[in-house]
Order: sequence, then structure tokens, then C-alpha cells
Amino acid sequence: MTELLVGTKKGLFVLEGEPGGELDVKARAFAGEPVEYAMRDLHTGRLVASVTSAFYGPKIWYADDPSGEWEQAAGVTLPEGGEAALERIWTIVGGEGDGDRALYAGGDPGVLFESRDGGASWELNRALWDHPTRPDWQPGGGGLCLHSIVPWPGDPDRLAMGISAAGVWLTEDGGNTWHQGNEGLVARYVPEESREETTALCIHRLHRAPRRPERMFMQFHGGVYRSDDAGESWIDIGAGLPSDFGFPLAIDPADPDSAYVIPLSADMDRVTPDGRVRVYETRDAGESWTERGDGLPQENAYLTVLRHGLDRRGEGRELELYFGTTTGEVFGSGDAGASWFAAAKHLPPVYSVRATR
Amino acid sequence: MALVRLRGPLKRLAGDRSEQSVEAGTVCELLRRLEHEHPAVDGWILDERGVIRRHINVFVNGECVREDAPVAPDDRIDVLPAISGG
Repeated sequence: MTELLVGTKKGLFVLEGEPGGELDVKARAFAGEPVEYAMRDLHTGRLVASVTSAFYGPKIWYADDPSGEWEQAAGVTLPEGGEAALERIWTIVGGEGDGDRALYAGGDPGVLFESRDGGASWELNRALWDHPTRPDWQPGGGGLCLHSIVPWPGDPDRLAMGISAAGVWLTEDGGNTWHQGNEGLVARYVPEESREETTALCIHRLHRAPRRPERMFMQFHGGVYRSDDAGESWIDIGAGLPSDFGFPLAIDPADPDSAYVIPLSADMDRVTPDGRVRVYETRDAGESWTERGDGLPQENAYLTVLRHGLDRRGEGRELELYFGTTTGEVFGSGDAGASWFAAAKHLPPVYSVRATR
Repeated sequence: MALVRLRGPLKRLAGDRSEQSVEAGTVCELLRRLEHEHPAVDGWILDERGVIRRHINVFVNGECVREDAPVAPDDRIDVLPAISGG
């Protein structure tokens, strides 16, 4: 049984079912509220969700049962009396491996929170908050969003993060110090003479290959990249895609050479190219890409998938993939992208999809 | 003391009471005291900067005001979500 946590503009939807057909809506929470992201903490089994009320601001909530009472988490706030306010929590990620039971939450304005109690209380990472380069960080179109948090399996001291548009950030000492890992990234959206020194690097999504943790993949704002040195430097692997612009990215944990992206036409035309919905897969670390569209709309389909709209469950031959669109559809694949089915059709605009069990 | 009227989730967070009596000289001070008396309200009306959230409106005797507006003992303060959404 697969469980999907689908964050939408109008609440959290919990879908359940077997791959191959439409999933059942088992629960809806936060009716009417924008749910940016929801995840299930594998250590506690608890659901943790970020909700940004247009009226009351961003909060993190947690619950054992999505249909029951949700508790507001404590500590999800910036230092009082400063010049900044917390705008949004973009993502919540669990540590990987038995040695890392932490939860991490990333938000706007480029902030990281950590929880050591399963999401009930959170603490701001001060080293990142106080980083001396922070005044130079530039927000992307969605704000200064820390949207990707990538633990290192078995080593809780090592973490990589992506901030739009402040680049890749790496720590090797549990978040006490941070440095950037941007070598090789090319910001085609700034003048050529500024590309070498710009720090306005618009990362769209990051993932790590757990069986080879120094291998990472990135969807950039124009460019798809791979790193073989734990995010210190990057190699452009976008050749062969119909467009190297897009937002989401996924990997097959069983295969360090695998990645999946969903290209959009261009920065100025953020829909699936040619009215066809296609997922692209590489199994050779980006040397080549294969179109995976069997079962997806292939005519007059101009869809948008946001950065957290794609997720996977399982691995290898059992790999399932799911993605949601801003027009309220969720598509799934139970065979690693070879064929696709409609998992949900009439949801509100989908912000995020998390496949949990 | 000024009379503060709350509704929706704010009422629930403030002890499930729609009316609260609070002594304060300004709107910001009043909202901070409300947070102090009902910690669950913290962060729901004022953000970290002490600014009223963009889509919350605070009225003093029917007039929409900002944080630094004065509050007198007999004033009536309404805290309402703005007419917005999508």
C-alpha cells in the first residue's frame, strides 16, 4: 500500500492505494490552507506538515493521525525584534540512517531549523542565520527559499542544502560551520561578465545518491548538474533534454547513476514542452536521457510541476514515481517510469508530493 | 481596559474567549499583552518584527490602524482576517 502526502493550495490530502490506478483520498487536513509540504518521520511514524496561512503566517504542525488533532510545533520563528520575518517553510526532511533521528526544516528567508523531538519543537541554525555573506543573498521568484536539505546517510554531521538564489551550502560539522559548493554552476540569467563571481545561484532542487553519497544531482534555473565530490563542484549534464529548465528531480536509491527530471519549456514559459508531459530518466549519470511518457498526456497538455511535486518510493525494479501538477493532477508509475497512470485527477493546485510508505 | 474582540482560530487560541479585556497604550503593546496572557497566540497576529501580519486587520473603534496607534481604556479593538484569498 502506497501513501502519498499531497500538499496543495487548499489543504493536505492523504492518498492511499496500490500503484496502477486512482488512489483513494483517505484524509484531508488544513482545509482551505496552503500546505507547502508534508512528510512522515520514519522514526516516530508521525506526520509533520508546513502550512502557510495567508492570514496567520507560516507554522509547522504534527499529528499521529492526519484526520485527528494537529499540534502546532514550537520554535518555528526568527529572532524577535529583527528586520526579518519568517515567510514560509518550504521543506521538512528526516535524517538518514539510525544515527540521525533529527528533522530539518528549510524556509524563507534562507533559514534552517532542526528538531530533535520528532517535530514538536524546532531550533534555528544560528551559524547559517548569522553567516557573514547573508546580506548579499538574493531571493528568487519564490522568495529566499531554502528548499532542499540533503542528509548524508550514516553521517549526521554532513548536510547539503540548496537555496534559491543563494547556491549550495555544505556542512561537515553538524551545522556549526557552512561553506558554499558552487564551482561549475553557470548562471545564464546574469550577464556573461558577471557569471564568474555571482552568488545569485538559483538552485531548484538537489538530491543525493544514498549508495554513493558523494554523488549528487541538481536541477538548476537553466541547467541540470551532477556532482561527484559531495557538492563542491558541478558538471552540466543537461545535453539531450528537450529543455534544461525545470524544477523537480528524483533519483533511484539503488542506482547512483540514476536521475529523473521533468523539463519545462523555458524560464519564461513554465509548462511541459510541446504540450506533451514527459519525465526524463538517466541511468548513466547524465550521459544520456530517455523519454518516459507512456500513459502521460501527449497532446495539448501544458502542465507545470513545482520543485517538490515529484517524489519516489522504493528502489530498483520496485521504484514508484509520483508527481503532481499545478492543475491538480497526480500521476504515478509503478515500474520506475516505464509506464504511468493517473493517481488523482481533481485536486487543488499541487505544491508537493511525498510518497511515504 | 480596552475590549479586544477575536474570532475564528484567534478566539480558540485565546482560551476560546471571543472578548478579552487588556490594558495597553498602543495596539502593539495590547497585542503583546494578549500574547503574554495567551502564549498560543504568539506569532499569529504580530510577526517577529512586531509588525501586524499583512492580511490581518486591526480596528480601533472601527478604524483600521497600525501597530503604533494609541489605545484608550474604553476602546474596542477588533482583530480580523482581511478580505483576501484565492
